[in-house]
Amino acid sequence: MDELNTNAMYMMESDEDGYVAPQITQFIVVKFGEEQYGIDIKYVDNIVRMQHITRVPKVSNYIKGVINLRGEVVPVMSIRLKMDLADDVETKATRIIILKLEQHCNIGILVDEVKEVVNLEESQIERVSYEAKDDKSNFIYGIGKYDGGLISLLDLNTVALDKEAVS
Amino acid sequence: MDVSQYLEIFIDETKEHLQSLNTQILDLEQDSENADTINEIFRAAHSLKGMAGTMGYKRMQNLTHDMENVFSEVRNGNIKVKANMIDILFQCLDALEEYLDNIQSSADEGTNDNEPLIKALNQILAGNEAEAVEEAAPEVPEIKEEKPIPQAVKPDQDAKWTTIVLGDSEKTVIGKAFEQGKKVYGLTVYVQESCILKAARAFLVFKAMESLGEIIVSSPSAQDIEDEQFENDFSIFVLSDRSLEEVIEAAESVSEIEKVVGGALDLSQSPSRQSQTVSEEKEPAGETEKSVQPEAGRAKEAAAKAEPVEKAAERHEAVQEAPQTSAPASRQEKKPAANKPVVNRTVRVDIEKLDSLMNLVSELIIAKNSLVSISATSASDSSTASAFNEQIEYLESVTTNLHESVMKVRMVPIESVVQKFPRMIRDLQKKLGKKMELYMSGEETELDRTVVDEIGDPLMHLLRNAADHGLESAELRKERGKPATGSIHLDAYQDGNNVIIEVSDDGGGIDVTGVKEKAISRGVITPEQAENMSDKDIVNLLFLPSFSTAEKVTDVSGRGVGLDVVKSKIEALSGEVDVKTKFGEGSVWTIRLPLTLAIIQALMVVVGDEKYAISLGSIETIENITDQDIKYVQAKEVINLRGAVIPLIRLDDMLDIRKERSGDDNLVVVIVRKGDKQAGLVVDELIGQQEIVIKSLGKYINKCKFISGATILGDGEVALILDANAMF
Repeated sequence: MDELNTNAMYMMESDEDGYVAPQITQFIVVKFGEEQYGIDIKYVDNIVRMQHITRVPKVSNYIKGVINLRGEVVPVMSIRLKMDLADDVETKATRIIILKLEQHCNIGILVDEVKEVVNLEESQIERVSYEAKDDKSNFIYGIGKYDGGLISLLDLNTVALDKEAVS
Repeated sequence: MDVSQYLEIFIDETKEHLQSLNTQILDLEQDSENADTINEIFRAAHSLKGMAGTMGYKRMQNLTHDMENVFSEVRNGNIKVKANMIDILFQCLDALEEYLDNIQSSADEGTNDNEPLIKALNQILAGNEAEAVEEAAPEVPEIKEEKPIPQAVKPDQDAKWTTIVLGDSEKTVIGKAFEQGKKVYGLTVYVQESCILKAARAFLVFKAMESLGEIIVSSPSAQDIEDEQFENDFSIFVLSDRSLEEVIEAAESVSEIEKVVGGALDLSQSPSRQSQTVSEEKEPAGETEKSVQPEAGRAKEAAAKAEPVEKAAERHEAVQEAPQTSAPASRQEKKPAANKPVVNRTVRVDIEKLDSLMNLVSELIIAKNSLVSISATSASDSSTASAFNEQIEYLESVTTNLHESVMKVRMVPIESVVQKFPRMIRDLQKKLGKKMELYMSGEETELDRTVVDEIGDPLMHLLRNAADHGLESAELRKERGKPATGSIHLDAYQDGNNVIIEVSDDGGGIDVTGVKEKAISRGVITPEQAENMSDKDIVNLLFLPSFSTAEKVTDVSGRGVGLDVVKSKIEALSGEVDVKTKFGEGSVWTIRLPLTLAIIQALMVVVGDEKYAISLGSIETIENITDQDIKYVQAKEVINLRGAVIPLIRLDDMLDIRKERSGDDNLVVVIVRKGDKQAGLVVDELIGQQEIVIKSLGKYINKCKFISGATILGDGEVALILDANAMF
């Protein structure tokens, strides 16, 4: 990670020579079933192993419950259920990614597997045009292309900030 | 000048000053001759003016300036305090509060010039007896006259830095700095006379300077400044590569700094000053040479840089000119009160820091809980077990103490809230034309900070109610044989784990029949229902939304948005509000608040395979019942417990817990109470009583009304806290 950062820094510094450094964004690649999704690393606070989730009654089905994250109570939601996919099946690879979207407001999301961290330049990201957005792909703002294939980039603000609607 | 980072401090301090002004002026109204009070008012007004000026709030500054003038005349004995003057001063405070509100919401003071007020203040100044006019008149022009005075003379008086004698080592440093193209500035910093902690302010200035550059020398010495061995000013030489303006700004941005006078130590720009410095030095030649050389080098290096230097000089003059306007005013008050009254020294602690401390404590408690749970499971070897228990007991006492002391840090006296009430009652008295007196006791009673912040509005409402609806008109009071002046009491005291705040009046009390009629005419209750209601029930109708008995709507109260808001606000703080009244004799409103909200005693229960906590405060009893005890009323399960019919709530149904109902016909029922209603919660198993730390569920989950929060158990698991009040 450090190496990547210095690399990015180096590119920034070369600005003075008239070279425009490409904007690099780092993504954590996660898997839901066979599909790969990318989560912008700047929102990721932490990745923790699966642990006991305390169910909270009378909330939307995609809110799985709450966990204890070093003394803080953090809600956990299921991206799968939110995207109308099959419910999560807990395996050894299942992880909870803790996102920090706002100050003092963490939320965890369940993923099947965390694969790797990739660097994507702006040119490798293809934005999804507004027309192409239907209800289900609303959570995706772009497609990233890299050696490992294609990753759908999650628009975390619509995924998570869509606060719990009364069910 | 970027002062946004100081905005918060400014708002806080301004609030404090306004509050103290309010209190002091009230005192002044009672005792118009008290010199201490007048001095205190004067100081507060003066600091307000200085702060507003620093922050660039001109309108606020103008108003406070005129207020200060009035106080200054009062202090000099040229003006006597009169009733209409007090009124105007209170209006001024209201106007200032308005400015502050604007600033708080938009960082802008707004556009209200409050000219009528300023005019009124000036009339007080001018409209006095002949000698007062004589005194006041020269004072005002004096300020204006001084502005145009060419400041060629002034700077040398103010710019005391020019008289600093430089030692050899400093000269070397300065010389080197010039070689590196850095600039050396001389600054004289004037601290406000009213400033209490001059050394601290000076320290802040030093710190600000160090962030921009390096302090070469100061006069008096740094040690002396630290020990507060200086009058109201000190001078420093700063080495920096920033512009003079930036440096001065940085110094001025420290609060309670009257002004900063400065200039660049630069031969070509200020020969006169240099010569002054030179004349005081033993070896002027060396220094001059050293300085000149790099100066020339720098000029070659970049001709364009010469311009900024000039500009800096211009700015320097501008900066000097600006403080001039406020200087005369401050000089007039060169009579600081010899014996300063004891000012409450407070420490502002960032609430966030406290919260993190709180967090640590809660983790400690969690650790303790885990020890408890281990001891419960592995008590095989008796000797280790007893040692283990000893440790636990020790840990328990430590955590309890730590908890208590941290809670104390969070506690603030309710004084900060209630001290604005005397002023409010005074205004109400004028507005309503009733005579009344407010008696307060127990202002020192402490409550959790979060509670204190919230309690102000409900209390204000109850007081207004008491003044408007409670107290009768003077004629009626006479008729009833009461003293003409109504009295309202505000008493606060601690009662066990609760704090009680009582608002009582000796007014007419609540007209129960009146409330009943009103409720029937509004369709809140039917006449038949009214027949069966006790007086207490009827009085409680007042807490329903949109229920106001005021015959006519005044702007004091009676819009019908009162008591229900009071009730909901108090309940949101886990408190209760109650009223006792006797028609014709007055009423007592009682607010009962828990001392603390963050840690509670709770009963842990199991439902299905989930654990829940129920606050011990709402639990009445725990009963074992059998299936046969369950009766049905309107198809709902109830039990008859010692004569009382109590509805049963199946927690597994209510909380959607999937579980098989066992054939076992013994049920554990936790009886909870809210007010005088009871309900029985059916649980599977009891774990026991535990001290739990309340954690919020966060923003994402707030829709489940039965859950008031979560807590972390000894094994690290999260358990939810049931809100028994929401079950009814």
